[in-house]
Amino acid sequence: MLLSIKNLHASINGKEILKGVNLEVNKGEVHAIMGPNGTGKSTLASVIAGRDVFEVTDGTILYKGKNLLALPVEARASEGIFLGFQYPVEIPGVSMTNFMRTAVNEQRKYKGLDPLPSGEFLRLMEEKKKMVEITAKLANRSVNEGFSGGEKKKNEIFQMAMLEPTLSILDETDSGLDIDALRIVANGVNKLRSPENATVVITHYQRLLDYIVPDFVHVLFEGKIVKSGGKELALELEEKGYEWIKETLI
Amino acid sequence: MRSDTTDFPLKKTLINNFVEHGKDIFANNKESIIDIRNQAYTKFIEQGLPTQKLEAWRNTDLTAVYNEDYDHYYTQANVIKDIDSVFQCNIPHLNTTMIALLNGWYVYKDVPLKTMADGTIIGSFAEAMKVYPDIFDKYYAKYATSKDDGFIALNTAMAQDGFFIYVPDNVQVKKPIQIVNVIDYDKNIFLQTRNLIILGKNSELTLVHCDDSYNHQKCLCNTVSEIVQDENSYLDHYKMQNVNNNSTLINSSYFYMKNNARLTTNGMSLNGGILRNNKHITIDGEGCEANVYGLYLMDKKQHIDNNVFIDHAKPNSMSNELFKGIMDDTASGVFNGHVLVQRDAQKTNAFQRNKNILLTDKAKVNSKPFLEIYADDVKCSHGATVGQLDTEAMFYIRSRGISEDSAQMLLMYAFCDEIIQKITVEPLKIRLEDMVKKRLRGELSVCAQCVLHCSHPEKEFNFEIDLSKI
Repeated sequence: MLLSIKNLHASINGKEILKGVNLEVNKGEVHAIMGPNGTGKSTLASVIAGRDVFEVTDGTILYKGKNLLALPVEARASEGIFLGFQYPVEIPGVSMTNFMRTAVNEQRKYKGLDPLPSGEFLRLMEEKKKMVEITAKLANRSVNEGFSGGEKKKNEIFQMAMLEPTLSILDETDSGLDIDALRIVANGVNKLRSPENATVVITHYQRLLDYIVPDFVHVLFEGKIVKSGGKELALELEEKGYEWIKETLI
Repeated sequence: MRSDTTDFPLKKTLINNFVEHGKDIFANNKESIIDIRNQAYTKFIEQGLPTQKLEAWRNTDLTAVYNEDYDHYYTQANVIKDIDSVFQCNIPHLNTTMIALLNGWYVYKDVPLKTMADGTIIGSFAEAMKVYPDIFDKYYAKYATSKDDGFIALNTAMAQDGFFIYVPDNVQVKKPIQIVNVIDYDKNIFLQTRNLIILGKNSELTLVHCDDSYNHQKCLCNTVSEIVQDENSYLDHYKMQNVNNNSTLINSSYFYMKNNARLTTNGMSLNGGILRNNKHITIDGEGCEANVYGLYLMDKKQHIDNNVFIDHAKPNSMSNELFKGIMDDTASGVFNGHVLVQRDAQKTNAFQRNKNILLTDKAKVNSKPFLEIYADDVKCSHGATVGQLDTEAMFYIRSRGISEDSAQMLLMYAFCDEIIQKITVEPLKIRLEDMVKKRLRGELSVCAQCVLHCSHPEKEFNFEIDLSKI
């Protein structure tokens, strides 16, 4: 089992958002998490990644058998967790190249490896850019600065490609994307899928799941996963709406 | 003579020295210059050394500095014949015309004043005062008005040398001029430098002015520069300060701009005990553009005070100020930005921003923007922020596996980058990128670039000292 979340409770500023989440993810699987706004989807993603504004008040997260909650943000990343942000931050003054080189090398250092030689690193950048169809010269551009919504999302997948994570959590990766960008992002994600890694796709709309076909679909509702199923569940949800879920819970 | 309640020993010493060393101070000065000096001397007695009682000095306390003992001297004690042996500029690929000042005196190889192939005159202020009295009658002491503070009056009264640059009309100086201000003295020293820079109509100049390469002695250095920009001239000006923690630099620059003149002045303060930078810009023309940038990186107990005054005296001109600083440990910083838009200065655009990052609870910054606007058709804005590094950005960076320390470095550098990118001289920009990164990591030793190698006493250095001048 790659990821095992049991009875996870998390709050922000004293307000409880996650009220006992249970989730199990194995290698090679794609899970979709759907649910209405404000229900805790992004919170779940942030807590797994280690955002400290959220306080975990109960429950456990085991990742590769380890207690994930004991690890700081950067250690979780180096252990192979990647968060694709819903609203990627703009960081003027930090170049994309420098950012990626530092990330790649610090993760290598964590694993006891030497830093990647310059030439190899640049080749890696070029290779991964192609994968996500990024043609722009990223070298001197600052992280996400001046990027459109779609470009920012592509940039998330680019970083994912560079870092080759074991568990990717993509938070509303499709929000703000037109069909073309959606296709590119989904292609990128699909190319990176392997039996050795897993992806958790957080989404509102079923549309993305036409491109990134999930093995499991979960519905997160009022801080808990209330229903799980196969990919058909997403279609049923699309058809019947979240009201249907409410009804089935009564 | 009015008795000053703040009668520091230093003030008394200076007042006496003016009389005692008058012969040296007035050496080769004609009547009109001596008059100017005498008037300034009277002003200085009246004003004294600035204390915190003055509004403009409210946040900078120089009491301890005034109470130190300093050596003063009024003759050129050392003349270095070969400036390349004093300071090896190790900025790769930076091709400049280099001139140097040592302990406040102009240092030269063959002649103290030179006319370049394009007609530009560069050299010793003292020599220029002798050789070009007409220029001095026209421009000298016309802009650095003594009413501002005692340091100006003191400098006008007693400063003897510095550098002089005159760019004739229509000359675009191809190579940047680099001025290196070296202090090397084995005891505490008080010194003053006076500089005069004149840009003719349609001229262009890039000027890189470095205060660095000091030993560890205490120094109090009072510098006044007057820079006159005639119509349509363009000046790209850089002031670098990287001096030891025992240094107090009082650095006043007065810029005067006529129609369509353009100025970019960028001050980067990387190290120093107490740094006080006065920038006074008079925009006395239409179609002018003044960009005033500053970056200050202070730690330990360092203190910086950037005092900027921009006077929009005529309509249709613009000014833009951006000062950014990072304060660590118990360092302190001050930003006073006064913009005056006079009644007839319609269609003025004046923008001002000061951004500060405090890395510790004890670091502090006082930021005071002040827009004084009398015209009614203008666009003016000001903004000041004091805060910490962006936590969203920190999380984003760390979520890629980058450690908290490295993330902090990246963000601090990113903060500084906005000012560094304003540097148009490419090799200088690259050098500053490197220096700032080192500075943020605490690796920038003041002596790193200096031939004097104080931190590596085993290394030899060579001076040629002209004993006849001692």
